[in-house]
Amino acid sequence: MIRLENLTKHYGSFVAVDDISLHVPRGVLYGFLGPNGAGKTTTLRMIAGILRPTQGRVLLGGDDIHRDPLAAKMRLGFIPDRPFVYDKLTGAEFLRFVAGLYGQEGEAVERRIAELLEVFELTSWKDELVEAYSHGMRQKLIISSALIHRPECIVVDEPMVGLDPKAARLLKDIFRQFVTKGGTVLMSTHTLEVAEAMCDSIAIIQHGKFVAAGTVADVRRQHQAGDASLEELFLKLTGGAHVRALLEVLGGGL
Amino acid sequence: MKQPSLRHVLQPKWRTALQRIREERARGGHGKLVILTIVGAAFWLGVFGVLYKILKYFRGVEELGPLLAGKLLGLALLSFISILILSNVITALSSFFLAKDLDLLVSAPVDWLRLYLAKLGETLLHSSWMVALMVVPILAAYGVIYQGGLLFIPYAVLAIVPMLVLPAVIGSAVTLILVNVFPARRTRDLLSIIALGAAGGVIMLFRIIRPEQLARPEGFRNLLDFITVLRTPTSPFLPSEWATKAIMGYLRHSLDPLPLVLLWTTAAAFVTLGALLHRELFAQGFTKAQEGAERFIRGGFWRWTIGGVLKPLPVAKREFVLKDIKLFFRDTTQWSQLILLAVLVVVYVFNIKALPLHRGEEVTFFYVTLVSFLNLGLAGFVLASIAARFIFPAVSLEGRQMWLLRSSPLDLRALLWSKYWVGTIPLLVLALILTGVTNVLLQVTSFMMIMSMVAMVALTLAISAMALGFGALYPQFETENAAQIPTSFGGLVFMMATIAVLGAVIVALWQAVHAYVRAVFDKQPVVIDAWMIGWFAVAAVICLAATAIPLRVGLKKMESFEF
Repeated sequence: MIRLENLTKHYGSFVAVDDISLHVPRGVLYGFLGPNGAGKTTTLRMIAGILRPTQGRVLLGGDDIHRDPLAAKMRLGFIPDRPFVYDKLTGAEFLRFVAGLYGQEGEAVERRIAELLEVFELTSWKDELVEAYSHGMRQKLIISSALIHRPECIVVDEPMVGLDPKAARLLKDIFRQFVTKGGTVLMSTHTLEVAEAMCDSIAIIQHGKFVAAGTVADVRRQHQAGDASLEELFLKLTGGAHVRALLEVLGGGL
Repeated sequence: MKQPSLRHVLQPKWRTALQRIREERARGGHGKLVILTIVGAAFWLGVFGVLYKILKYFRGVEELGPLLAGKLLGLALLSFISILILSNVITALSSFFLAKDLDLLVSAPVDWLRLYLAKLGETLLHSSWMVALMVVPILAAYGVIYQGGLLFIPYAVLAIVPMLVLPAVIGSAVTLILVNVFPARRTRDLLSIIALGAAGGVIMLFRIIRPEQLARPEGFRNLLDFITVLRTPTSPFLPSEWATKAIMGYLRHSLDPLPLVLLWTTAAAFVTLGALLHRELFAQGFTKAQEGAERFIRGGFWRWTIGGVLKPLPVAKREFVLKDIKLFFRDTTQWSQLILLAVLVVVYVFNIKALPLHRGEEVTFFYVTLVSFLNLGLAGFVLASIAARFIFPAVSLEGRQMWLLRSSPLDLRALLWSKYWVGTIPLLVLALILTGVTNVLLQVTSFMMIMSMVAMVALTLAISAMALGFGALYPQFETENAAQIPTSFGGLVFMMATIAVLGAVIVALWQAVHAYVRAVFDKQPVVIDAWMIGWFAVAAVICLAATAIPLRVGLKKMESFEF
């Protein structure tokens, strides 16, 4: 379970996240949508304990990430949008290192590493330094590292970026399976088709505030959008007029 | 197509620099400016003062004086050129091949000459600013002693600028060639070659200069021989010699335009040749530098060796230490610095051995004790330089991976603990060997041996804590080259703070040692009294504070990092 209570983040006078509250129960895959710079990544990094909120709190399975960080982080698997990993470790070494950070070692970890590398088709690369990995392979490695300690909640920022269609499909299946077994996923994405197809509920954030939250059907109802697709709904809620203007400008120039 | 101006090409760089200054100001960074100004002024005054005294003495010596002054300047400039070539080679690797703006510049319709000049300028600025600052008090002392007048300032600038350009061109060209020749997959490995080259360079420099000759005029058969050595240029083809001739000629009112002409024409010719070389080789070298490394690591060497030793530690700490050791030995930019370190240590021990303390007549006990005591300070300084290279960058190097460490349940104290001991243990071993060997060479008494060994352990613990603490206080997360982290502002502050601590500890210890020396000198029994114990305690408290406070401050700072 992930709970955000009045979460706020200021950078100087700029308000990146403005008093948002959210509850993502167990067994739910929650989509976090919004235009660039809306505050998605900042929110996810606060949930992961990387950024300190200016106000409010984050609870992971009942533990406050800033008051009781170690207990809360044990429950969490975080997948960032930019796959920075130690270039001079091999894939297997990196996974072993991450398992160690969660206090895990031994045969069980070795089996888990082999299993995850197999699933993400990295087995033949496991003894290769990460610096030789492509962007997509690094992303797969980071996803594996977030799953290595069998977390209760996964917080993931733009998971599909850099993945090939096969890996993207695999990831969707993994996430679905994960929530079916009682896990919680909070996922930010720009791919609205993915969000529409995968997510049980969504929240749309703009200028640091939620402009809509609930199931896609709920959001349609709240905003009297009829049978509109999620894309149309998203554009309506986040300033689609700009997109049309932009298309006209680009059209004129091309 | 109209090409963008150089200023435009370099815009991201200078705008970033300006923005940094603005941010510092907004953050109340006046403290930083004040520290820099005070340190800079103290340093300048120190160099100026020492040189002023030496030159004043030289001026009083008939005939020989100006020759000695010229020789001294020649040696200083020659050392600068050597340092500049090395630092330009390292900087050029970053600015020409690894910088983040290169993808944009190379893919944009910017012609090769603009790119070369822009990157050469960037390389020159990054690698020469320290030397340029260093030259100011030196030339000021010459100007004052020889009454160069105000016009000496622009003249000196005219003589020094081409001397800075030449190493930048040479350094960039060497890097360009190495990138093309070396197996392309591991560009950064070049640094190991560069480090080896530097090690050779240092030894060569010592051989070329032969400073011991000048220090012992009595070693020459007669005065004429000595004057001949002084008159002979170190090498007539070195730009440092031309710059010396130009400057000394002006100061001795026998102005000869030839050296200046030589400097400027050579600089212009080198820039042209460098540009042509760049046109031929850059595209190929840049492509090679982009190729990823492929290295298969099969064995679990570290896991079976160090991993076994660390077995009693909790798994998170153990994995962290193992990870740090693996990264260090797999990153050529880091381990290659060990070569320089080895040269530094060898030169240090060699110099102690070369001291004329135990040759011929009996040297007083006082001098041996004094030298071994000063040795403590020098060894401390050597350790601080090593800590600046290897421990200071530790936190900065975690920067991009901080998302992982902060989102995992790893306690930051455990992280700091691991980094502290990974750095401290090798440093401690080195410190004890260095002090032990030099003390044996100096044939010190057992009192001095025990005192210096204990002091060295305490100082090493403090130095590594300070390196780690200051590294966390002044992190460089965006750096493209680990070798550049120690030369940042934080590195400077760390070195200053360490020198201050070293000074304080040595002053405190000297109070105690002085009592011991006096007792031995007066042939009195050595009594360890309250005075001695008191000063030993002061030294211990300073070391303890210098260990605990930086670690605590560093931890606080790390807890506030936001990514």
